[in-house]
Amino acid sequence: MTTVITTATATARRPAVPRWVALVVIWTALIAVPFWLPLLGGYTALAGRVLVFGLAAMGLNMLLGFTGVLSFGHAAYFGLGAYGAGLTLRYLVHSTPLAMLAGTLLGGLAGTLFGLLIVRRRGVYFAMCTIAFGQLWYYLAYSWNDFTGGFDGLRDFHRAPIGIWPLTLDITSGGTLFYFFLLAIFAGAVSLMGLLVRSPFGHTLRAIRENERRARFLGIPVERQIWLSFSISCFFTALAGTLYALLNNFADPLALHYSLSGYFVVMCVMGGMRTFWGPLLGAAVFVVLQDYISSMTVNWMSFVGAIFVLVVLFFPRGLLGMRQLRGMS
Amino acid sequence: MTQVILYNVTNGLIIGAFYVLMALGLSLILNLSNVINFAHGNFLALGGYLAFTLSPTLGYWGALLVSPVLTALIGLVVERLMIRRVYNRDPVYSLLLTFGFAFVMQDVARFVWGPNGLPLGLPDFLAQPISAELFFITWYRVFMVTVVIIAVAGLFTFLRNTRMGLRIRAGTLDLETVASLGVNVNGLRTFNFALGCMLAGLSGVLAAGQIGLNPNMGDDLLMPSFIAIIVGGVGSLIGTLFGGLLIGMAAALTTVFYPSASEAVIYAIMMLVLLLRPRGLMGEEGMMS
Repeated sequence: MTTVITTATATARRPAVPRWVALVVIWTALIAVPFWLPLLGGYTALAGRVLVFGLAAMGLNMLLGFTGVLSFGHAAYFGLGAYGAGLTLRYLVHSTPLAMLAGTLLGGLAGTLFGLLIVRRRGVYFAMCTIAFGQLWYYLAYSWNDFTGGFDGLRDFHRAPIGIWPLTLDITSGGTLFYFFLLAIFAGAVSLMGLLVRSPFGHTLRAIRENERRARFLGIPVERQIWLSFSISCFFTALAGTLYALLNNFADPLALHYSLSGYFVVMCVMGGMRTFWGPLLGAAVFVVLQDYISSMTVNWMSFVGAIFVLVVLFFPRGLLGMRQLRGMS
Repeated sequence: MTQVILYNVTNGLIIGAFYVLMALGLSLILNLSNVINFAHGNFLALGGYLAFTLSPTLGYWGALLVSPVLTALIGLVVERLMIRRVYNRDPVYSLLLTFGFAFVMQDVARFVWGPNGLPLGLPDFLAQPISAELFFITWYRVFMVTVVIIAVAGLFTFLRNTRMGLRIRAGTLDLETVASLGVNVNGLRTFNFALGCMLAGLSGVLAAGQIGLNPNMGDDLLMPSFIAIIVGGVGSLIGTLFGGLLIGMAAALTTVFYPSASEAVIYAIMMLVLLLRPRGLMGEEGMMS
């Protein structure tokens, strides 16, 4: 089983840029954000949003790009992460790490359980089930006023300083220090994701994407792998959701709405869903464009919608996917 | 108490009827073209708005007939220009395309007709209650249900008894074979998409008479329609019909006893169906995988 899969990857095209060069460039750019972003007229909170949405989109892409399974409901796990963190901070303990843990577990476990129900569905039917299940949480947050704050969202909680003995990391003020906190979490999560994608497990996922029937004949437990991939991607997206709550000190039902799921998917596609870093680039482009457009015009919906349509019709491989000569179908 | 229950039963029937019309259109497109039409709710709104614009010149009855046809024509153009181009690609593209297009349509409706709610005038006799005792049931409610029944019966007769309908049903099962028998599959899909949009447009005109018009009036119907399809079973139009009625009724009856759970109950039904009978109540094994 392993031999066949390794041969398949060995024949894949070598990337145009060596991998270590790309990694150095990406991480340098991310670490140096507080220095170069203000020069371009941006603000650090915008970079924080890019990291958060980028992490969510990269988590989704484990499923979408690397397993070839279409979830259109990942906002549910993102939002559950945000609400999990927010509710913990508000009602239980004033501790940032515990809030993140609670939110990630809430979103991830919800995904894990739901994954069991739909793991045999494929294509648009899988997508439809994920959308409908996602909206369940939206309505729950929307209508459970006393507990979640309803339509106005969950307020009155604040991220707490983190004590790593003997230091205390005061991330309450936002700004550069909080950005580096986000970047550290992002780096940890993305490294784990990279390890998973390059592991034998990750190779089985790509084998399923390329040819499910052949993967099954090779003895890969297809349903179990898809379920695992779905769960893992939900955990990453939920982690991003907890960061979202910490970033804004706020969680709103729109973080659970299927529109956001659509944004995540378009981030993956725009950046290149067959590439590891594509979703981050897509998130950067999408967040900046949306920020710019919504400050320029009230008809931002037309522009955002037009981005979707244009990406699909004229740019289906995404920004990073353009380098690949063959690939998607 | 009987009146409350009766009121909510008629409500459930009407809500269910709307879910059915919406979901049947979605289901037609999904079955034949494998496309989830996110913009379906916006075609519904479009139908309502067109009726609003047409009714001063054509009268209510003229608008009721012409507006769905116009909606279908617009759907036809949309399918030819955009949706057709993603049929043979990964399903992620068709979802993103209709999703983005729904945004554009909603914004255009807001731009053309304004962001505020608009009423659609009804003929006087339709606005009357049917009797003093049943004061909460207007003739319009009876009329809506009647129109939906006629439309659904018409759709099923069409699918069963005409050559085009036969081709659509055959295409749902095996499009490749239908194509190899010499049927113009592209034309069939275009027609089928327009047919689905016509059902959406019709429900838009009917809904406008009851709840008025606003740019995102279709959004609340979209999710329940998905659920109606999942509950009824993908691939089965009869299943969609029962699924829509079932969740409409369930939501309305829950309103009697526990109003805030009326949304949650349809999701509970969906989870139960996915758990106990994954193919849906009337779905065929294999259609969903």
